[in-house]
Amino acid sequence: MAEITKEQVKHVANLARLEISEEEAEMFTDNLSSIIQFAEQLNEVDTDGIEPTTHVLDLKNIMRKDEPRQWITREEALKNAPDQKDGQFRVPSILSE
Amino acid sequence: MSLFDHSIKEIEAKLHNKEITVSDLVDTSYKRIHEVDDKVHAFLTLDEESARAKAKELDGETDTTAKLFGIPAGIKDNIVTKGLRTTCASQFLRNFDDPLYDATVVDKLHAEKAVTIGKLNMDEFAMGSSNENSSFTPTRNPWNTDYVPGGSSGGSAAAVAAGEVLFSLGSDTGGSIRQPAAFCGVVGLKPTYGLVSRFGLVAFASSLDQIGPLTRSVEDNARVLEVIAGHDKMDSTSANVDIPSYTEALTGDVKGLKIAVPKEYLAEGVNPEVKEAVLEALKVYESLGATWEEVSLPHSKYAVATYYLISSSEASANLARFDGVRYGVRSENAENMIDMFKKSRSEGFGEEVKRRIMLGTFALSSGYYDAYYKKAQKVRTLIKNDFDKIFEEYDVVIGPTTPTPAFKVGEKIKDPLTMYANDILTIPVNLAGVPGISIPCGLSAEGLPIGLQIIGKHFDERTVYRTAHAFEQATDHHKKRPQIGGAN
Repeated sequence: MAEITKEQVKHVANLARLEISEEEAEMFTDNLSSIIQFAEQLNEVDTDGIEPTTHVLDLKNIMRKDEPRQWITREEALKNAPDQKDGQFRVPSILSE
Repeated sequence: MSLFDHSIKEIEAKLHNKEITVSDLVDTSYKRIHEVDDKVHAFLTLDEESARAKAKELDGETDTTAKLFGIPAGIKDNIVTKGLRTTCASQFLRNFDDPLYDATVVDKLHAEKAVTIGKLNMDEFAMGSSNENSSFTPTRNPWNTDYVPGGSSGGSAAAVAAGEVLFSLGSDTGGSIRQPAAFCGVVGLKPTYGLVSRFGLVAFASSLDQIGPLTRSVEDNARVLEVIAGHDKMDSTSANVDIPSYTEALTGDVKGLKIAVPKEYLAEGVNPEVKEAVLEALKVYESLGATWEEVSLPHSKYAVATYYLISSSEASANLARFDGVRYGVRSENAENMIDMFKKSRSEGFGEEVKRRIMLGTFALSSGYYDAYYKKAQKVRTLIKNDFDKIFEEYDVVIGPTTPTPAFKVGEKIKDPLTMYANDILTIPVNLAGVPGISIPCGLSAEGLPIGLQIIGKHFDERTVYRTAHAFEQATDHHKKRPQIGGAN
């Protein structure tokens, strides 16, 4: 592995919702290839039977009662929005015309 | 001599005796900021009007016993402050002028009457080790402005070093408090994962991020931690543990303390001056009655690779929230919604942020998840086990905070892997979730600070602080100040 193609980089950019130029695609192909190549050193480590660590503390899911409470108002929720209409966030149409 | 050469405890006494007022303290802050910050660039946003009003209000109060009464504080700009611009040093959030709430740590500082002076510069979304990834003006090192202050909490460290505030808050995901503390000659603690609430901290890598204090002395650091630590029902990953007194642990006594020194932390690649300073520090500990032995953290060489896979994966998920719908800057050039997401993110994020999102998205994508992300999580277990094993026999682990003193602006920014390697001594601590502190332990021949790192057991900040404090009492490294803008 370790060889990452420009096509893969463009695919990943699409998954990440990033628009990248041809130049950036080349740069990220180089960057990702060398980082992934560097990461291949982990293959030296025998991890058979080792549990993955997602979290260092011994915490289980923490539940609380699902009770409504006062947090923010609709006006507050909207005040940092780039665009809004009729008390709601407004976004461009999902399909191009 | 500046008022900020005094400890918080001394200032508390001066306020109590009416030798000084809170307005004097706040004045000291802004005067110094106006004097040096056009060279240091530690601050992104100042809150001068509110801070002065707050000072006046506090000067009218008769009860001055709050733990941080009137103390000027700087807050890293990835910690949300109600009504005060919070940008994460990103163009995406350059107009996020009116956050709706205060982070829990900010609430706690205010409850103890600290005064927020402003928001501190950083690498964009905390991704970087030099502050050169700030999308505004990068912070410079107050000891020598040709050098970086470290990162990502570079503004937090530089502001304390330059005497602009008495303490600051930073965040540390792979060394982002300790590395800039080392580069700027201040004290910076990354607490045990879960000790301090992350509610209101803009998430980078959720299983690694911790907020912690940067100060001029260990005593001040312990005092701030006492204020910000503790369980928070708004952060279900915050630990439900009792918070002991950290300041009471500062006895100066380290007789019989068992120190482990990992040979990997003084290996090739560590600058001889840094190694020398650490060995000198170990002699100080010996003279104080502690003992040290060389040990091995055999998996530490895999820490950088493990960290970049895990932290970038978590970041790629966390940064998905920046979509241009609810806050931030939306691209004006979009034709439809998907296009709007893509253009807003691409125009708003800097190169390093995109690189990490790309790496993380790749590592989590179908076909690669087991080979990279899950593999890294398994190696993380081995790195954590290395520490667990050492802490069965020793009280603390000691080594350098960074392999070298601060590097020059522009020196490493072109090669991501060289920049990442700078964090090799701090990253294992985040992966294991244990607490670590950096304290000043000398100056290089070029006059740049060197940091000593002290690492402790989970939730044993008391021993970490006691060890750090004993060294501080026995030496005067922490009293040295950068000469920028005249003595401060």
